[in-house]
Amino acid sequence: MTRISLTVNGITHEHDVEPRMLLVHYLRDTLGLTGTHVGCDTSQCGACTVVLDGERSVKACTMFAVQAAGAEVLTIEGLAHDGTLHPLQAAFREEHALQCGFCTPGMIMAAYGLLRANPHPSEAEIRAGLEGNLCRCTGYHNIVKAVQRAAQEMEAPSTDQAGREGRVFTPVSVAPVAAD
Amino acid sequence: MYPAPFEYHRPGSVEDAIALLTTYEDDAKLLAGGHSLIPLLKLRFAQPKHLIDVRHIASLSGVREVDGAIVIGATTTHATLERSPLLRQMLPILPEAASQIGDAQVRNMGTIGGSLAHADPSADLPAVMLAVGAEMTAVGPRGARTIRAEEFFVDLLTTALASDEVLTEIRILVPAVGTGGAYEKYPHPASRYALVGVAAVVTLAGDAMQRAQIAVTGIGSTPSRAREVERALAGRPADAETIAAASSHVADGIEVRGDLTGPAEWRGAVAREHAARAITRAVQRARGEWATGARSA
Ligand SMILES: Cc1cc2nc3c(=O)[nH]c(=O)nc-3n(C[C@H](O)[C@H](O)[C@H](O)COP(=O)(O)OP(=O)(O)OC[C@H]3O[C@@H](n4cnc5c(N)ncnc54)[C@H](O)[C@@H]3O)c2cc1C
Ligand code: FES
Ligand code: FES
Repeated sequence: MTRISLTVNGITHEHDVEPRMLLVHYLRDTLGLTGTHVGCDTSQCGACTVVLDGERSVKACTMFAVQAAGAEVLTIEGLAHDGTLHPLQAAFREEHALQCGFCTPGMIMAAYGLLRANPHPSEAEIRAGLEGNLCRCTGYHNIVKAVQRAAQEMEAPSTDQAGREGRVFTPVSVAPVAAD
Repeated sequence: MYPAPFEYHRPGSVEDAIALLTTYEDDAKLLAGGHSLIPLLKLRFAQPKHLIDVRHIASLSGVREVDGAIVIGATTTHATLERSPLLRQMLPILPEAASQIGDAQVRNMGTIGGSLAHADPSADLPAVMLAVGAEMTAVGPRGARTIRAEEFFVDLLTTALASDEVLTEIRILVPAVGTGGAYEKYPHPASRYALVGVAAVVTLAGDAMQRAQIAVTGIGSTPSRAREVERALAGRPADAETIAAASSHVADGIEVRGDLTGPAEWRGAVAREHAARAITRAVQRARGEWATGARSA
């Protein structure tokens, strides 16, 4: 066992973990944050995507929890704020960017990383930026539209305390998520 | 899929990493981005008892210019290579190749050192290292040594690194004026690895190709220099005819692999076409038609 401390969605956790435990299993099984999915478990599908240290999208099935010690992890559960969906979540809903929803958390976290690196991506850049995420339902088209819409919404100048830009969109109520 | 159990170490310095390698010898493996190693561990193709994570050693990361050379730390991620303003100006072939590795998430974790040390026969960066004439610095209990790219890639998944050595940095001379480089890749449709990748670096003297370094990946058991292509280019005019004739030699001396994605003849044909494309763009960049900076490869 190795003692790790890391921040997930703004909350610091400390646990003894087996070094071979994957980050995705730590999130799902130890923390109960089951929004991060396991699709392929072979680094291909992106369903397990989370954001590391505020900007880097990574596949949590291809990283050990011990590697994330000291890091800040953002999962799909950490996006909504005070019952208000993040612009990406709202845009996915508005644009019908999901059907079964299995790929959606990973898709949104990958899009989050993409927009951090490139706030004004072209359509081609969005498609290339989401290459690591597979969707078996939507045909990707509405996903691209949702990311474009979210990029526009996030452009708006207002900033909340968490530093997240542009929450100019219709607020939607969501149930609060228990963390730990 | 869970790997076999192991102990995790996170040394703060290269010296500490080497000490751990010396202590645990063959039971230990270095871990960088994990994007080649972790899939292998999950399949239990490798079962090291100790993983030594070098990703947090600050001195191993970053791109800088030192005395006419570009020096890249081993744990620099593909994403950093892709975006580095210095590389984009001085050595655009490298960001060009890095941006085609896997997908965004893979590039955010995968490192240049891990890619070179792993020496996958379908990896992209080894071909670029051969074409730009990179030198690798390896540090071990006996001190530091320099390994030229040509000597570094020995065979399938095999490099000249000793098991107790850490690859610390990659050094590439700033290209001479009139030099251009380009990387052309035919990705595997699912994995994105190179079915074929050709890296070309050409230095022009007037209209002639004074010097050409061409390397190919994906088709053989290890990336290699395409010497016959280089010979057929050197000293000749940089025109389409010369490039096409030279490119036909790209698979000379290589036992071209055939597999489910296509037979060997097909791969050879794709390699010839990609060699011609890479050399053509390298020449354009050498002429300044593609250059993003004054001195660019
Ligand atoms: C889905 C997917 C798609 C990919 N697509 C591509 C692609 O298109 N093109 C491509 O080129 N690659 C591709 N890769 C591989 C990727 O580039 C890897 O990141 C890279 O090959 C290994 O780098 P790493 O930092 O992850 O190394 P790790 O996996 O951590 O290590 C790999 C090996 O190198 C050794 N090692 C690591 N660092 C050092 C060091 N500093 N000194 C000595 N030994 C060291 C380790 O012990 C291990 O044996 C892909 C990977 C995945 C998962
Ligand atoms: S579950 Fe991680 S990439 Fe598919
Ligand atoms: S919505 Fe079903 S996989 Fe994407």
